[in-house]
Amino acid sequence: MSVVVRTIARMLVPVVLIFGAYVILHGHLTPGGGFQGGAVAASAVALLLVAFGTESVKGLKAPFSVLEDLGGVAFVLLGLLGIGYTFFFNVLAGSGGLFGSPSPLGPNEGVLNTGGTLPLMNWAVGLKVLGGLGAVLVLFGLFGGDDDR
Amino acid sequence: MRRWAILAGFLVVTGCLFLAGARMRPFGAPRYDLMDRYFNAWSQTEAATNNVVTAIVFDYRGYDTLGEATVLFTAVVGVALILRKVKR
Amino acid sequence: MIGNTPFVACMVLVLLGLWALLFRRNLIKVVIGLKIIENGVNLYLVATGYVHKGVVPIYTYAPRDAAMVLPTPQALTLTSIVIGLATTALMLAFVVVIHRHKKTLDGRKATELSG
Repeated sequence: MSVVVRTIARMLVPVVLIFGAYVILHGHLTPGGGFQGGAVAASAVALLLVAFGTESVKGLKAPFSVLEDLGGVAFVLLGLLGIGYTFFFNVLAGSGGLFGSPSPLGPNEGVLNTGGTLPLMNWAVGLKVLGGLGAVLVLFGLFGGDDDR
Repeated sequence: MRRWAILAGFLVVTGCLFLAGARMRPFGAPRYDLMDRYFNAWSQTEAATNNVVTAIVFDYRGYDTLGEATVLFTAVVGVALILRKVKR
Repeated sequence: MIGNTPFVACMVLVLLGLWALLFRRNLIKVVIGLKIIENGVNLYLVATGYVHKGVVPIYTYAPRDAAMVLPTPQALTLTSIVIGLATTALMLAFVVVIHRHKKTLDGRKATELSG
């Protein structure tokens, strides 16, 4: 690609990643959450692939696979936290620990400390979606050519 | 001959879909909303969060999210199996 | 019938995707037709949950005394979009392998099951 596209892509990739992390982090206060933030962050990988060609994603297949596995295992472990009542019980809501303060009723400004296990589940699913979509894009970039040798 | 049969079937499906779209309940007045009114009223007390949609996806209906995570993982494994270098 | 215009528009989307699926020969256009059908179905799911003069079901900076729309169809549409993405990725991988082995993208020439 030309010089203009490469310069703008070099400036925009950190901004897009930070915006995806913002959408994941505030998933229990504003519209968004794990799936939406993971998809926004995976579009940074697509921008890298289009602007710089397939040479820039050569070493990224193993990190995306490890990220996806960590996200999946963390999601199941967070579900097993409340196994005293049921599977997927929100034990941290309103109990005073990490993310544990109760939410004020009615319309309010958002308090970040609320939510229980919801922000942690948002991070697990966001990392899983980023790893999965990034792995699919890298595979199409590396092995999608016209020959299979 | 086959193209006319496919075209006739497509016109029958068109008629059925337009009939279904025109005779639905009016837009803006859903009838069976007892469960959603419970979610809107009690989501801040039980799930301690402002976003009702996130509370439904991760807290009240967490099993569906577990199934969806499995489907996403299976799709990535399937693509990795199809697109690979064949060693001759 | 005039009040149901969003539902009729979703049906028009599904019909356009079905027409592209049945009457086009190029494999990429068939995949695009399937994606249009899936978009029409997701839009229909979200449109069934609308309450007259309703706002987003989020309590952060919500206006006072406003009715909220139903949140359950939106949660189901999230799952449906991710599953559609998984289906499309697998379909495009198959199209790449067909083009690599038979050197053509015509859907009527790739009819043998093996070889």
